[in-house]
Amino acid sequence: MTSTAAPAQVPRRRSLFGSASLHGGWRSAFWFLLPALVGFVAFYLYPALRGLYISFTDWNLIANRGSWVGTDNYDRLFNDRQVWESLKITFKYTVINIASQTVLAIAIAVLMDRLTKSVTIRGILLLPWLIPNVIVALLWVWMLDGNLGIVNDFLGLFGMDPVRFFTDTGKVIPSLAGINTWRHMGYTALLIFAGLQTIPRSLYEAAAVDGATERQMFRDITIPLLRPILALVLVITIVGSLQVFDTVFVATGGFGGQPGGPANASRVIYLYIYQNAFDFNQLGYAATISVLLVAILLTVTFLQLKLLRAGESDLA
Amino acid sequence: MNKALWRLLAVLFAFSIVAAACGSDDGDDADDAPAATQASSSDDGDDMSDDMAEAVSIEYWLWDGNQQPYYEQCAADFEAANSGIDIEITQFGWGDYWTNVTAGFASGSGPDVFTDHLARYPEFVASDVLVPLNDFVERDNVDTSIYFPGLAELWVDNHGNRYGLPKDFDTIALVMNSAHIADAGVTADDFAAAEWNPDDGGSFGELIRKLSVDANGNSGDSPDFDPSNVEVYGLGLEGNFGAFGQTTFSAFAGSTGFEFLDVNPFGDSANYDDPRLAATIDWFARMIEAGYVVPIEDVESLGGTTVFQNGSAAVMADGSWKIGTYTGADTPFDVEFAPLPAGPSGSRASMFNGLADSINKNSEHPEEAWLWVKHLASPACQNIIGEGAVVFPAIPSAAEIAIAAHEGNGVDVTAFTVHVDDGTTFLFPITDSASQVEAIVGPAMQEILRGQADAAERLAQVAGEVNAVLGS
Repeated sequence: MTSTAAPAQVPRRRSLFGSASLHGGWRSAFWFLLPALVGFVAFYLYPALRGLYISFTDWNLIANRGSWVGTDNYDRLFNDRQVWESLKITFKYTVINIASQTVLAIAIAVLMDRLTKSVTIRGILLLPWLIPNVIVALLWVWMLDGNLGIVNDFLGLFGMDPVRFFTDTGKVIPSLAGINTWRHMGYTALLIFAGLQTIPRSLYEAAAVDGATERQMFRDITIPLLRPILALVLVITIVGSLQVFDTVFVATGGFGGQPGGPANASRVIYLYIYQNAFDFNQLGYAATISVLLVAILLTVTFLQLKLLRAGESDLA
Repeated sequence: MNKALWRLLAVLFAFSIVAAACGSDDGDDADDAPAATQASSSDDGDDMSDDMAEAVSIEYWLWDGNQQPYYEQCAADFEAANSGIDIEITQFGWGDYWTNVTAGFASGSGPDVFTDHLARYPEFVASDVLVPLNDFVERDNVDTSIYFPGLAELWVDNHGNRYGLPKDFDTIALVMNSAHIADAGVTADDFAAAEWNPDDGGSFGELIRKLSVDANGNSGDSPDFDPSNVEVYGLGLEGNFGAFGQTTFSAFAGSTGFEFLDVNPFGDSANYDDPRLAATIDWFARMIEAGYVVPIEDVESLGGTTVFQNGSAAVMADGSWKIGTYTGADTPFDVEFAPLPAGPSGSRASMFNGLADSINKNSEHPEEAWLWVKHLASPACQNIIGEGAVVFPAIPSAAEIAIAAHEGNGVDVTAFTVHVDDGTTFLFPITDSASQVEAIVGPAMQEILRGQADAAERLAQVAGEVNAVLGS
């Protein structure tokens, strides 16, 4: 609306500034963008560039200084088995987390769309997402504990042996992925639910008239038309998932463990970065691993948007 | 409507121009300001220095909330004697504490004085963020021989610089669930007389077998004992083994004659490939499998203290700083303490750790900070800490007060102090890369105790990685 009105206002703006080398719309846009731009430069761009610089130094966090070491950190990065081990764990977590979360979220969203419009139910589904990550992790540490946890107490009623969700090397990543699925599925469902609202009702009516079943409508109408929204949701959740940190840190550290444990079975890439920066006091190397992570995130995002053709809709 | 919208935008825009103009006016003022502010600040300055003379604020950090009230008392006495200095005490939990201290150093702020730990201070020294106390100590003729032998020297680096004055010490002993040991017909004296070795566990091994009980009520020395369904484990574990096992394996490994470092403090080579260490860790792994020692999986999440307080372990090794935890309301049963068992070397071995107060190089008032450190390390303050009966102060006479205060509460703590009296302690290993060593050894210990790796093989591998870090 404003963009169509803007040309008419150009003369007035010209009189205000005395020059109009830029299109008037750009000028006003600049002023509107300025606050966000200042934030972006101060809190994203500058730290990112400084991080890039620090990745070429042997920065000592405690002393807060470092000197240029060229590509030493990058040489170390490619020979550091732990980095690739951490990435493997991170990908494993992401696959489990995204698969379970997305399937559940689509199911919930379709149920919300087809069965109920209750705001209360939508609110309840969002509740886990509103609880801070650290609280969620602590909650589950207590509930899933092998000795004292209520979940194992319950399993015991069925004669099952206690399951050590966080302290069994094979179960820790699925357990963490499960917690974050529980926390995020309501929110993801809401995003998908919003996407469902863009699908014209007439398509379902037409399909119903032609005798299509719910299952067929879901497969042939809902999923294809949901693709642009799903692409966006997947990009957001996968990028978030690859950056998992707080849940792992709190749930595996617990009250007696080692964050990333047991035996490094849950040391995701962010935790390894944290260890290098804050435990080993090697901020330079931590920055180098961060640069690698940024490169991976950019690649994943780019590929996803391309492969899922996020810009196009099948509606047209 | 469009017109109205544009009018609104124009007003907003005009407003922002005016605001910007005002802003730049301010800027000009600021540029012109130095003369003016200098003039006024010289007045302020006098006031300020008067104010300063009245109250220099020294920020002091510690992590143990149980000790805070007694340090508040020390601070009150100190402020009464030094009217120009105001002590502000802040407490953070152990995890947050080190994050905040590190952030304080990095940002050029942080506390003036803080409670320092042997596992951390070498990294601070390497980063040059602590004030060496040598000149202060010399100038004020502070006698560093009034502490338990060895405590003061822990804080001197290999260049002879002193970075802290001792405040307290801790040792390790066994804490026992009185009901459990009575049920098994075992007494604290049995433990005090026990011997341990990594092959068959010695008489100590027999005691913990006897104390283990499965769900059917069979004790560990019965042939019917079911290790997969244990109700009470003979021996609990305070937590993760980590690299130094202060409250877990260190006492047992130490009693074989094992030493962590070639030189302590500041060794550049560690002995993780020592067969005596491998035998010790292997003993734990075998006992976990046999159901006599609590599985490491069960203590990694909520911690071994919770497992012990839950009644799932009969006996556990822990540090003297936890005495209050076991004798207080958090532990719903009576406990007794016993010294650690003697090992193949013929004697007991408790890790001996001491804390000290260090001064941050960023402090704007090093002189006042030093006065506070001096007071904290003096008998006047340490006697107060002793009365609190939370930790053992570093000065022997003050430690006596703590022991007497514990006795007054009906708690016999000689199990902890006997290690000092008999000289059966060894110093906490001090290296300048403790956290990296921890990150290498910790996961390996977790694998061994889960039966996923062979102790000797895995520790030999660890030794190579650790020495690569220490030697660099």
